[in-house]
Amino acid sequence: MPDATGLELLAQELREADSQSVIDTQFHRDRATLLVDPAQVKSVLERLHDKGYTFLASLHGVDYYPEEPRLGVIYELLDMEEIDRISVKARVHSEAALIESVVDVFPGADFPEREVYDMFGVVFDGHPDLRRILMPEDYEGFPQRRDFPVGGEPVLFTFNEETSYGKWQ
Amino acid sequence: MSLTDDYRRREESVTLATEPEGDGETHELLTLNIGPHHPATHGVLRLLATLEGEVVRDIKPIIGYVHTGIEKTAEDKAYWKVIPVVERMDYLSYYFNAMAFCGAVESLLGVEVPPRAQYLRVIHLELNRLASHMVWLGTSALDLGAISMFWYCFRERESILDLFEMSSGQRMHTRYFQVGGVIEDIPPGFEQKVRKFLAVMPSRADQYADLLEKNEIVLERLRGTGVVDEETLLKLGVTGPLLRAAGNPWDLRKAAPYSSYDHFDFKVPIGTVGDNYDRFRVRHAELYESTKIIEQALDGLPEGPHITTDRKVALPPRHELATSMEALIHHFKLVTEGFRVPPGEAYYAIEGPRGELGCFVRADGSAKPARVHMRDPSFVNLQALAPMVRDGYIADLIATLAMLDPILGGIDR
Repeated sequence: MPDATGLELLAQELREADSQSVIDTQFHRDRATLLVDPAQVKSVLERLHDKGYTFLASLHGVDYYPEEPRLGVIYELLDMEEIDRISVKARVHSEAALIESVVDVFPGADFPEREVYDMFGVVFDGHPDLRRILMPEDYEGFPQRRDFPVGGEPVLFTFNEETSYGKWQ
Repeated sequence: MSLTDDYRRREESVTLATEPEGDGETHELLTLNIGPHHPATHGVLRLLATLEGEVVRDIKPIIGYVHTGIEKTAEDKAYWKVIPVVERMDYLSYYFNAMAFCGAVESLLGVEVPPRAQYLRVIHLELNRLASHMVWLGTSALDLGAISMFWYCFRERESILDLFEMSSGQRMHTRYFQVGGVIEDIPPGFEQKVRKFLAVMPSRADQYADLLEKNEIVLERLRGTGVVDEETLLKLGVTGPLLRAAGNPWDLRKAAPYSSYDHFDFKVPIGTVGDNYDRFRVRHAELYESTKIIEQALDGLPEGPHITTDRKVALPPRHELATSMEALIHHFKLVTEGFRVPPGEAYYAIEGPRGELGCFVRADGSAKPARVHMRDPSFVNLQALAPMVRDGYIADLIATLAMLDPILGGIDR
């Protein structure tokens, strides 16, 4: 992890390249996070890639319900030479959840981006094959969103088999 | 010319380069569905293979058949009740899942894990790595037709599961790791049993090598198949034995030591070519290294508490409940509500048997996590299947998939 000062320097450097790119920095429990404008994610990640953070360790989706912009996409970057991790976070509005895909910079983002799309409904623009990955193809809704209830699907019992979605013919 | 010579000659004459190009009846592409229920897919994995003759031109893994929504379930449970559910993700490396989750929560809480607990964790993690590699070796050899390997590997795995049962009461999904340490100290006699196991393990690993390494069929099927270079693997996010087989000595136990891994002397086995044979050799060599780590951890096992003394996080010892009102209150609070974690986000990565196993936890200040996400190595590594098998024979696909070691419980979560 870069320390708090290192993170600020890095943020400054990214801001110099593009003043709109880095919105905020967070340093909490030795974890350095850059909060990035969703429109600039790809260019920021490309710059970080050139700076040595060449390995995309992980990509998570997060729902900050009820705050808006609600959905977050977090990229965990790793510099294998310096053994240094940094996370980049972009937050998008749940109504217009669109973010640029980084598959051409990090080909390993393919499955993780599909998973975030599947679970949170964040659309990755430019992804070569953006389909649901874990849920069935015809599934409606985004189950990892915080307002999606656990047990939200009706369970088929004898008493409701006539009225339920999977009606027995 | 003997019969085998003629066979070899004919076999060698069939190369990919001699496949005629173009369209027409002889060049039709065949889409073959493999799985989801197929013994060679190591779980419920479906593969859509596009074949040209016997050559795989493209492959698409289709996953999600064992998606159980564990990450969603975890959001509805108190932190310590999440441990049993995350353990069930990658069902062969349950200690690793628990370790990644506990590590993330510990870093959010700022809890210090006592040295004895760290050592006990290392002992169990490495035993688990052995057990996981045993299943991999047994089932992979089974795919290659070496059925006896399966019984030998499961014999050793069985003794490891017995050890788990002794220390935690469960053979699998033990819930032994807790936030702040481990649930209880190892019972008397556990150390002797582990040492007894460690005494035979290296010779058993030698026997595996003797059985497989001199087997012409195994060698022919593993050598030079599924080759992918280090650079492609890194781009695809592949870690663990697959990356090490391609010659990159990346191991989080060495690179970013956690849980006192820096106290132990062990080597990181790496390959040279990055083919299936190297993957087999790397994992096989890890069996010896894990044995060495457990031995050192047992030798240097420090005295002291097995879980943090922070009563806000860990349950008070049973005997205190009879005498201390405070302990009773803590016990009640922890069992009913659980502990609250200050708001924040953490990503904690460890070296699992299959690569970087990372757990992302977002805490919102309540007693339940707002988001738990596992970066499961199988899920990411599966992306490397297509470059590994493309333009190879379909028989090599089975060997490559076995050496990839995907665990579908971890992939689908």
